[in-house]
Amino acid sequence: MRIRVSHQTAYRYDTPASRVIQILRMTPRPHDGQHIVRWRIDVSADCRLTTQEDAFGNITHAFSDDLPTDHLEMLVEGEVDTQDTGGVVRGTIERFPPSLYLRETALTRADPPIRDFARAVADTAADGPLPLLHALVQAVHAEVLFDTDPTHPATTASEAFSLRRGVCQDLSHIFIAAARSLGIPSRYIGGYFWRSDGVTAQDAGHAWVESFVPDLGWVAFDPTHAMCATDAHVRVATGLDYLGAAPVRGTRFGGAGESLAVTVHVEQAAQQVQS
Amino acid sequence: MADCFDEMRGANGEIRPAYAGLDAWLRDLEPDILEQRRQEAELLFRRIGITFAVYGEADSTERLIPFDVIPRILGAAEWDLLRRGLTQRVKAINLYLKDIYGRREILKAGLIPEDLVFQNQVFRPEMNAQKVPHDVYVHIAGIDIVRVDAKTFYVLEDNARTPSGVSYMLENREIMMRLFPDLFSRYRVAPVENYPDELLATLKSVAPDTAAADPTVVLLTPGIYNSAYFEHSFLADKLGIELVEGRDLLVKGGVVYMRTTEGPKRVDVIYRRVDDDFLDPLAFRPDSTLGVPGLMSAYQAGQVTLANAVGTGIADDKAIYSYMPEILRFYLGEEPILQNVPTWRCRDPDDLAYVLDHLPELVVKEVHGSGGYGMLVGPMADKGRIAAFRTRIEADPKNYIAQPTLALSTCPTWVERGVAPRHIDLRPFVLTGRDAVRIVPGGLTRVALQRGSLVVNSSQGGGTKDTWVLDT
Repeated sequence: MRIRVSHQTAYRYDTPASRVIQILRMTPRPHDGQHIVRWRIDVSADCRLTTQEDAFGNITHAFSDDLPTDHLEMLVEGEVDTQDTGGVVRGTIERFPPSLYLRETALTRADPPIRDFARAVADTAADGPLPLLHALVQAVHAEVLFDTDPTHPATTASEAFSLRRGVCQDLSHIFIAAARSLGIPSRYIGGYFWRSDGVTAQDAGHAWVESFVPDLGWVAFDPTHAMCATDAHVRVATGLDYLGAAPVRGTRFGGAGESLAVTVHVEQAAQQVQS
Repeated sequence: MADCFDEMRGANGEIRPAYAGLDAWLRDLEPDILEQRRQEAELLFRRIGITFAVYGEADSTERLIPFDVIPRILGAAEWDLLRRGLTQRVKAINLYLKDIYGRREILKAGLIPEDLVFQNQVFRPEMNAQKVPHDVYVHIAGIDIVRVDAKTFYVLEDNARTPSGVSYMLENREIMMRLFPDLFSRYRVAPVENYPDELLATLKSVAPDTAAADPTVVLLTPGIYNSAYFEHSFLADKLGIELVEGRDLLVKGGVVYMRTTEGPKRVDVIYRRVDDDFLDPLAFRPDSTLGVPGLMSAYQAGQVTLANAVGTGIADDKAIYSYMPEILRFYLGEEPILQNVPTWRCRDPDDLAYVLDHLPELVVKEVHGSGGYGMLVGPMADKGRIAAFRTRIEADPKNYIAQPTLALSTCPTWVERGVAPRHIDLRPFVLTGRDAVRIVPGGLTRVALQRGSLVVNSSQGGGTKDTWVLDT
């Protein structure tokens, strides 16, 4: 499927910010199920984007703007060809052995309730990591209600799990914490999701999880939709948790009264007939 | 304590040659002089303002580290052994860090379990495949050494992150020279006051290629609430470099600048005393206000040198410590000159069983603790504490290592009722630059002031002594 993404981020400051510095992880890389047709990033500030690669192979763009400004806009836009691989992710850049992805982070710490939850899922699932992960993705989806209200980007897995509510980021953190507590290497994926119901406008990007299954490799699970990732998923960045894959990390100096507007459009690109 | 090796009297009570002059001087002394001098020293320290904060105390105010007026003396041959052993150890540590963040040969060789590295919070994925200038990761190491007999020095800990204490080494010497000029006239003591020059030379030698001929070096401190703030300001002053906090630096176009009254000035080398976690809110803890946003990007682009490098904790981690002899052999093909303390790893079932059977005689340490917190000294602990520790070890064996309770050497120390032996250790500071390894003779001697106590940490009531290395 050819998916067209447009992701607009607009900051407004009531009093101008004197300095802004940001690191973006907004550029997808190809893998066996994903081909990047075209992709570009535009930043309103008059500055140079410095391209680097982070520890996990994500492409980063860093920029800073020193001129006082009351607004900052970023536009990310592109097209990606995707294939349904049944969730199996191959052809990615791997800098570390899977065992690295058993590390605990502040956002993905498995507290006793999450450990108990994970253990209970494991006890009823069929043998082997793959059936277990399928059971886990169903269980997280059933246990935690999708709700954009109570959580925020710094909410931990533990907090979201005690609320039994959260957004795709929270469901992914809970899945990661539970899977790691069972000894299954797991990582956070940030990207985009194409909806089959015809709704193209979204409030944010999407998040899901990849877990490592011996003899199969990394397999992508989407706890928000209780399924493996398909050709509806555009994979952009990966990390140990949201912070490692966050589309934007930045700070500003001054600039009180920040407001942020994000518009994401994900649609199927019209097939062009090559002549 | 009768079994301990005493630095002055050895194991048999005979005065050792290096201490002959001190012994004679002590015997000639008017009875009240030492107490008078101790009080003078305290006054001087208060005036200079050397204090430190103790974490975990309800009233966490600053206080003086007690200073003992009787020096600890090392002969030239003893120091030569230490110097060679320290140089060897720090060389191996730097090679190991280059490998662990590069080709990982030591993991491929199966000498260190992979999970000890990759699942360790102090391993920084951000440093993977990252080039650091001249392959130096640990520019400043504070290696803790203890002694158990005339010939055996053990390395107790490799402090490879942001070791502190060198200001006490310098201040103790200055105070001693003021208080006891006559004692110095009896000895030829190797100087330590060139340490700031050696440190500055080390830091300048590792400036990135982009730096000017005379690189700009700054010292980055977490600020006045840090327990070692005094040392930070003291060293910046001695080195003649700017003492900066995170908000004084900015990253622009991938380059680090310092804000000055004459506009931004490019910074080439940052002697940072801020922990990895707090260095850059865009790369590590997002809530850190102590760091510099974008610093890691500049570092990764090779535009600035951080001393020490990021991620050196994977060298001095207590879980890695027990592998140091293998690390030395692997990278240098040499036998370690300085030995490790024999260590049981509780992650290993056999070791764990032994440890649980022998708790009353062992020292048990948390792999991720420091400063003497979270530690069991078996022979000093009551049954309740041992039982509590047993539960903690059984719950999470991986997080503990155990060592025999060492008979740390003692040194004569001025206490309330006169001169008495007290246990000591030694922290020499090893500097590694592009060109050379530099070690100022001596280091910081810490002394456990409580009778029989083996814990020398200043946060646990330890004091310090001037450390003399004799020229001949």
